[in-house]
Amino acid sequence: MELLIASAIGVLTAAGIYMILRLRTFPVIIGTSLLSYAVNVFLFASGRLAVNAPPVLREGVERYTDPLPQALVLTAIVISFGMTAVVVIIALGAWLSCDDDMVDTPRINAEARPPEPMPRGDA
Amino acid sequence: MDHWIVAPVVLPAMLAAFLVLSSRFHLRLQRVISVAGSAAMLAIALGLFWQAADGTITLYQLGSWPAPFGIVLVADRLSTLMVLVTMLMAPLVLLYAIGSNWDARGQHFHPLFQFQLMGIAGAFLTGDVFNLFVFFEVLLIASYGLMIHGGGAERLRAGTQYVLYNLLGSTLFLFALGTIYAQTGTLNMADLAVRVGALTQEGNGGIRVAAVLLLLVFAIKAALLPLHFWLPASYALAPAPVAALFAIMTKVGAYGIIRVYTLVFPPELGIMQGLFGTWLLPAALLTLLVGMIGVLGARRIDRLVAFSVIGSMGMLLSAVAVFTPTGIAAALYYAVHSTFATAALFLLVDVIESRRGGIGGRLERAAPMAGGALVAGMFFVAAIGMTGLPPLSGYVGKLLIMTAATTSPLVWWVWGAVLVGSLIAVVGFSRAGSQIFWKAHEAAAELPERSADPDGNPGLEDGEHNLPPGPRQVAALPLVAIGGLLALLIVMTVAAGPLHRVMRDTAAQLFDPGPYITTVLQTPGKKIDKSTHDTPAASDAGEAH
Repeated sequence: MELLIASAIGVLTAAGIYMILRLRTFPVIIGTSLLSYAVNVFLFASGRLAVNAPPVLREGVERYTDPLPQALVLTAIVISFGMTAVVVIIALGAWLSCDDDMVDTPRINAEARPPEPMPRGDA
Repeated sequence: MDHWIVAPVVLPAMLAAFLVLSSRFHLRLQRVISVAGSAAMLAIALGLFWQAADGTITLYQLGSWPAPFGIVLVADRLSTLMVLVTMLMAPLVLLYAIGSNWDARGQHFHPLFQFQLMGIAGAFLTGDVFNLFVFFEVLLIASYGLMIHGGGAERLRAGTQYVLYNLLGSTLFLFALGTIYAQTGTLNMADLAVRVGALTQEGNGGIRVAAVLLLLVFAIKAALLPLHFWLPASYALAPAPVAALFAIMTKVGAYGIIRVYTLVFPPELGIMQGLFGTWLLPAALLTLLVGMIGVLGARRIDRLVAFSVIGSMGMLLSAVAVFTPTGIAAALYYAVHSTFATAALFLLVDVIESRRGGIGGRLERAAPMAGGALVAGMFFVAAIGMTGLPPLSGYVGKLLIMTAATTSPLVWWVWGAVLVGSLIAVVGFSRAGSQIFWKAHEAAAELPERSADPDGNPGLEDGEHNLPPGPRQVAALPLVAIGGLLALLIVMTVAAGPLHRVMRDTAAQLFDPGPYITTVLQTPGKKIDKSTHDTPAASDAGEAH
């Protein structure tokens, strides 16, 4: 069980980091999603693994699982879900107004930047 | 009475929701509500600061649950000081945004601004590490919206980079929190301080990993050297009032380092061996030098100011890394100073860019701008403050940092980096200032007259198509806002003595965490009646009233 969870976290993290190092926004966003899955499983396991045990106090139950990581991971899931939605929208806006979806800034554009304030984009 | 602590968090949240729901299409109404709200928050922040000034630590238990189980807000000297700085700056930045019409260039500026204030105030006040993460996310998600306010291809691209970088930072934060929880079984800062202190060095490598991970997270926020890449593009391309507000966001990272590493992971702990002296101090000194070299190398004035932020964060963190009460006191004084100086500079950059017309912020020759003398004077004062020349507060702050560094084994490195860095910054700022304000007159003699307007209005025809139509006069409100920030710098200089005493008291309180821990852990929570305790339904009914 521990081996399975640990290697799942490891593989997800490795895949996430690989994807984050790509140059285009779509793989990078996939990478951040993979990383957030990895961290969610990690948080879940941080209260130690207990199988088939209730988190809430009850009569006649001896073994419990730690309820706090479950609450933490719920918060983390909601936040990472919201953040992913935001980054998808912003990346979409950048793609529509820049005509490419590269993450880094092309050097040519940085020099010949249009004057401030810029024409309104699609955001 | 004690409910005032939660007001800096609840009030902006309510205001933001109210602004979105009720006055989405009434910019004027939004402006009035937003300014009134931040004035009220300034009053509350002053009250909290006053309350904590004599060393009282006030605890607020959310839902009245006692400390290790419920989330607590703690108002001690450090948190109220940081909240006060935020709330001093916010109304001025807001006035600038209104005066320069930035809030009209996209939707929802004011609600996002309020949400940002909520996140910052919450991050300063919370006494729980996971809650700190949540407030970080609140301030980040508001900052994502503010960062791309007004749109534009370059800004959206920079915004994508900024968001992605911070998403990674958040993931790292969660990894750190998971490790801390796995090692100690708690996330309340005071409880953590007790449990980490009780850990032995053998077999507890995990807590050191957690401490280093957490330091990395705060270093990302504070733009420490290997992790500073997000800052120049984001700050230079963010709308000016937003960049000015972001001046406090780097300080949130510095605050995190000061709070967590004085309370939970103090440097005298065995597991923390060498983290500050061996790693943080050299990194901070390198940050200082690289930031200032960036100032010298920048080709645009907005980038120049962004790099000076990195340099000033290096200065601040090198004082933190010394990790003595004098060092922390110096760092706090410098943090307050550099917040105001950075905000003033970002706002001035926007004034300069909009008045120079098509050439914008590029450091090239252009015709002189309208009202250039006043702007130049303000830039001069702000640059003196930022580079730390006498007589302004930057000089006092630098002096305090250098005095504090005398106890460090790396004292000559600190002195060298601070002095050389400042020299480079002075050269960089004077080059930019003379290029923009003095060489303009040479250029005017060579170039055909650009500002053909008879009543002396600037030649703004190139870059103004985004502004709503109206009389194109030089607005006074933006300059009043910048003047306010500069006035705060002057107040900091004049009142340096009393202020430094406040900072010393703050540092002393941080280095004596006993009262903090007892206040948080010993305060009883709500009383549960024994008779209703066995029947949950009855106690729930009792709660509802």
